[in-house]
Amino acid sequence: MTAVLDVRGLRMRYGSTDVLAGVSFTAGRGEVVALLGPNGAGKTTTIEVLEGFRVRSAGEVRVLDADPAHGDERWRARVGVVLQSWRDHGKWRVRELLAHLGSYYAPYSTPHTQRPWNVDELIEAVGLTDHADKRISRLSGGQRRRLDVAVGIVGRPEVLFLDEPTAGFDPAARREFHDLVHRLSDLDDTTILLTTHDLDEAEKLADRILILAAGRIIADGSPDELARRVSTEAEVRWSQGDGRFVHATADATRFVRDLFQEHGDAIADLEVRRASLEDTYMALVHGHESGQASTAVKAFGERVSRSSGSSVEVVR
Amino acid sequence: MNPWFSGVRAGFARGRIELRQTFTTAQDLWTYLFPALLILVVMMFMRHATVPGTGFSLSARTLPSALGMSVAFGGLVTLASTLIVEREDGTLLRAKATPNGMVGYLVGKIVLVSGMTVIGLAVQVLPALFLFDGFDLSLGSWLTLTWVVALGLVATLPLGAVIGSLFSNPRNMGIVMLPTMGLVAASGIFYPITNFPAWLQGLAQVFPIYWLGLGMRSALLPPELATVEIGGSWRHLETVGVLGAWAVLGLVLAPIVLRRMARRESGSNVAARREKALQRVT
Repeated sequence: MTAVLDVRGLRMRYGSTDVLAGVSFTAGRGEVVALLGPNGAGKTTTIEVLEGFRVRSAGEVRVLDADPAHGDERWRARVGVVLQSWRDHGKWRVRELLAHLGSYYAPYSTPHTQRPWNVDELIEAVGLTDHADKRISRLSGGQRRRLDVAVGIVGRPEVLFLDEPTAGFDPAARREFHDLVHRLSDLDDTTILLTTHDLDEAEKLADRILILAAGRIIADGSPDELARRVSTEAEVRWSQGDGRFVHATADATRFVRDLFQEHGDAIADLEVRRASLEDTYMALVHGHESGQASTAVKAFGERVSRSSGSSVEVVR
Repeated sequence: MNPWFSGVRAGFARGRIELRQTFTTAQDLWTYLFPALLILVVMMFMRHATVPGTGFSLSARTLPSALGMSVAFGGLVTLASTLIVEREDGTLLRAKATPNGMVGYLVGKIVLVSGMTVIGLAVQVLPALFLFDGFDLSLGSWLTLTWVVALGLVATLPLGAVIGSLFSNPRNMGIVMLPTMGLVAASGIFYPITNFPAWLQGLAQVFPIYWLGLGMRSALLPPELATVEIGGSWRHLETVGVLGAWAVLGLVLAPIVLRRMARRESGSNVAARREKALQRVT
């Protein structure tokens, strides 16, 4: 089966600066891919090229088997874009706007995919049922963002683009949004590409994470794979008497078993920690900024293994 | 059904919905009432003055001229400023992200602005007809009024779209407004153009505002008053010619300029404008 997103050697040049210097990745049906990276790494540029809103300088880009730069209206109907709204359509009511925007998708309905989404079901799915007849200008920030998501998916897209979808969400709204993304990818087989600064969010949502730095993809894999790439060791922390200790080991289970056999009840505050996505991200991005990504990966591994073999007492 | 056509149909629905919204929004109601109040006040002040060279009331002459100006303002300024504002706030980008959304958006705006202009005209003309004398109304008057308004909108709406596409910052609307106000003054809206210097008369006759005023006067005033116009006639043929030429020019330019403007819209552009606008607020 062909990939829903297929990007090869994507380049974007403004004047003499390369914002994207050869980005390549693919995504299959129903896959959730998170694009991570520092500000200015080219995340938004990448997503806008795929949305068909920006013309690339070079490279091969296919979205649903079409070049987004020349996507026709039929293609447009299969693509969902979640935009960060501000004050557009302020006089419209929530249901009114969704019904109106949905009507553009009706001619593109197929036996397999009923378009558009039923308005009331959609409003319920994004949790706006109580606000369906409110003027959009009277919605709170979080409610507006949920409406943005609803607008993005009203045509039941096969691929959905979200640029920093949860910026400004409170924790509850964030949780609800995550549930919605899971439902879209699991039940409707929607392919989702999102950018975020929230590593925790990327880990929760994404099947795969791409890390973009200085216009290149420096890492591509599941959250677990990325963590393993940087470090195969886990960090064990505990306290014993007045001391706090830390020990890096490849086999945390065995180490902890031995630890208890030796010291028994004297061990307290036990903590076993694998490299988190944040550690991975920082190591990769920092390494890339100060040289090559590959050496950064190695350096991070070395830093941890240097301390293994002996337990280090941590100064309090 | 052809999807493009369904976009057009959605556009009509969009125009209707947005037109209905103007009746429940205080600001929009004010834009309907304000010109009407203004014209009534101006007519009150002028009620004892006469058109130079005749015994005819100057205030009765001013009303149709001001109606012509309203059509031009609706087509040029209202559409241009709507486009500029809705580009800044991302409405246009949403249309771009929707299949046939740009067609729907444009049709919707044309329906909305035309509707608002016609409602605005009705609000101005109806009270004035009851309060002041001197109008000459027949079935022919209403027919002339209808074609002048229709042609006026066709001549000015595409131009408004072009102007709206050229500016990206709502704060630059002044650049459009000032020359427009100057043209209004030169176009004999509030005072007959025949008393102006010849070069100014010539300049005014290049632009649509003068012809819209003239067309409206020809509809609502008695035929004798044509004698104080340039050439002593209502010059319907010339009116159709000049307004038609502007319409053709606008209809040729507008799709090119609109397409160029739409192509450059993207989320980061909207975000950058939002950033700039918010900085101005604080």
